Amino acid sequence: MMRDEKRLGWTMALPALSVIALIALGPILWAAWESLYLHDLRMPWLGRRFIGAQNYIEALSDPRFWGAIGHTLAFAAVSVSLELVLGLALAVAVDSMTRGRGLVRTAMLLPWAVPTVVVGLVWRFIFETPAGLMNAVLVGSGVMADPPIWFADPEAAWVPIILADVWKTTPFVALLLLAGLQNIERSLYEAAQIDGASVWRQFTAITLPLLKPALLVALVFRTVDAFRVFDVIYVMTGGGPGTATEPIAMYTFSALLENLRFGYGSALSVVIFVATFLLALIAIRLMGRRTLIEPAS
Amino acid sequence: MTGGIWGIGRRLAIAVMVSAILFPIYWVAVASFTPESQLFGQVDLVPTRLVFDHYRAVFSERALGTAVWNSLIVAGATTLLCVPIGALCAYALARLPFPGRTLVLTSVLAISMFPQISIVSPLYLLLRELRLIDTYAGLVLPYLTFAMPLTIWLLVGFFRQLPRELEEAALMDGASRLRTLWTIVLPLSWPGLTTTAILTFLYCWNEFLFALCFTLGPDRYTVPVAIALFRGQYQVPWGQILAGALVATLPVAMLVFLAQRRIVAGLTSGAVKG
Repeated sequence: MMRDEKRLGWTMALPALSVIALIALGPILWAAWESLYLHDLRMPWLGRRFIGAQNYIEALSDPRFWGAIGHTLAFAAVSVSLELVLGLALAVAVDSMTRGRGLVRTAMLLPWAVPTVVVGLVWRFIFETPAGLMNAVLVGSGVMADPPIWFADPEAAWVPIILADVWKTTPFVALLLLAGLQNIERSLYEAAQIDGASVWRQFTAITLPLLKPALLVALVFRTVDAFRVFDVIYVMTGGGPGTATEPIAMYTFSALLENLRFGYGSALSVVIFVATFLLALIAIRLMGRRTLIEPAS
Repeated sequence: MTGGIWGIGRRLAIAVMVSAILFPIYWVAVASFTPESQLFGQVDLVPTRLVFDHYRAVFSERALGTAVWNSLIVAGATTLLCVPIGALCAYALARLPFPGRTLVLTSVLAISMFPQISIVSPLYLLLRELRLIDTYAGLVLPYLTFAMPLTIWLLVGFFRQLPRELEEAALMDGASRLRTLWTIVLPLSWPGLTTTAILTFLYCWNEFLFALCFTLGPDRYTVPVAIALFRGQYQVPWGQILAGALVATLPVAMLVFLAQRRIVAGLTSGAVKG
């Protein structure tokens, strides 16, 4: 009986797992293999020559590669911290709502569901120069007399990009944290109130420590996600001006599909993969004890 | 936390944040009904006249209808493939004695976090070899890489939440595993299966990178690729882009309104609940 069940289990799981192995795991190995070759589809006469670690050495000595890594890390750091802080504030505010919570939740889910490409285009429209909405508001309210030409300025271009990402993702982070907040025993707050603890003290002594696991999961998931940023930057700046806002995923995209350098592009892919994989492992370890290893009973 | 300053501050904060979320969508909706020449002039907050020019243009000149059709086919086919196959796998992982369960689940989760760009190069070479570049199958196959782990992960969560007693009673009565699955578990699982289908569809509908890499022209562009590549001869055709953006958002917004509660439950069960 037990042995039959085991066999049945594997039979049922096999189709899905083999699909994953064939089209997700296989390609990763293939990319690692491909990254050791000189394979330039624009120059088919060169063939496909084994060059060892040459592609990696080229990447490591390429300033555009390091620039792209720097942009990705900076984008991840700024957007994820903003999203966590604002998301926590939004979650705490919504958690104590008594009426209309369903409506607010629908509103919060909307940005997450809007295609990232659309989000990028919407915010590009708002920041258009000279007469976009943002400039009208900034000039009209007297905050800035002379706003920058957002998408032509290597630094200012990050503002709309990060705003777009924060707009799309903060409500989602808030929803994750809200689920964590709702697991906290209400009686803890009542006891604290009887002891005369202030609202701020309740937040730091009860909410934050008990929310730490959810915060950590949100942090790591968002970081992994921010590390692969592509869509929003592609439609907003295309990585420009020049390569001033080019993240690593876009540099790889351009090596592969614009320059058709498959060996070199594969080396870049492997670098991204290893970096995100390490982050993902951390994420899974964090969740592990609570969801994964849960016994089947 | 009682009323007073905190209560007012809280309500104010919620109001500000909800407007910050909704206003850009509203603004774009209004702008998409505004004539091109007035887009960067005085756009009224409450429009007095709706102009449908941009919508006519995106469907007649830009072939957005084709893109919508392509997106529906690709997202629909991926969902229809993933949910049944993923459900079998998820049930086995959730309920059957399964040696190596933790390892399999960990790998599935890790794969769902793959950066898509890192498998573009091998997938491109593979699809080129199979002559599948710029075909529907050439999008469905790559989409399985993120959709299959996603469905498995979500459904394992749903199956674990089902009460075990019913299945055990049926098994006691001598029904086979598969029969139990078909007659007891499946009818109970419709909410989980539909939520998973909705989420998978959403992810496929919104996907951009693979569709950009593996299609070559408007005949096979999906909606996100089509609107990202709208170009004007002299200037950015903003009116059409915004109309296209609204068309791309409408289906997902409808799904969110219909299934808000379930989507939130599905998304948060894997990540937060222990």
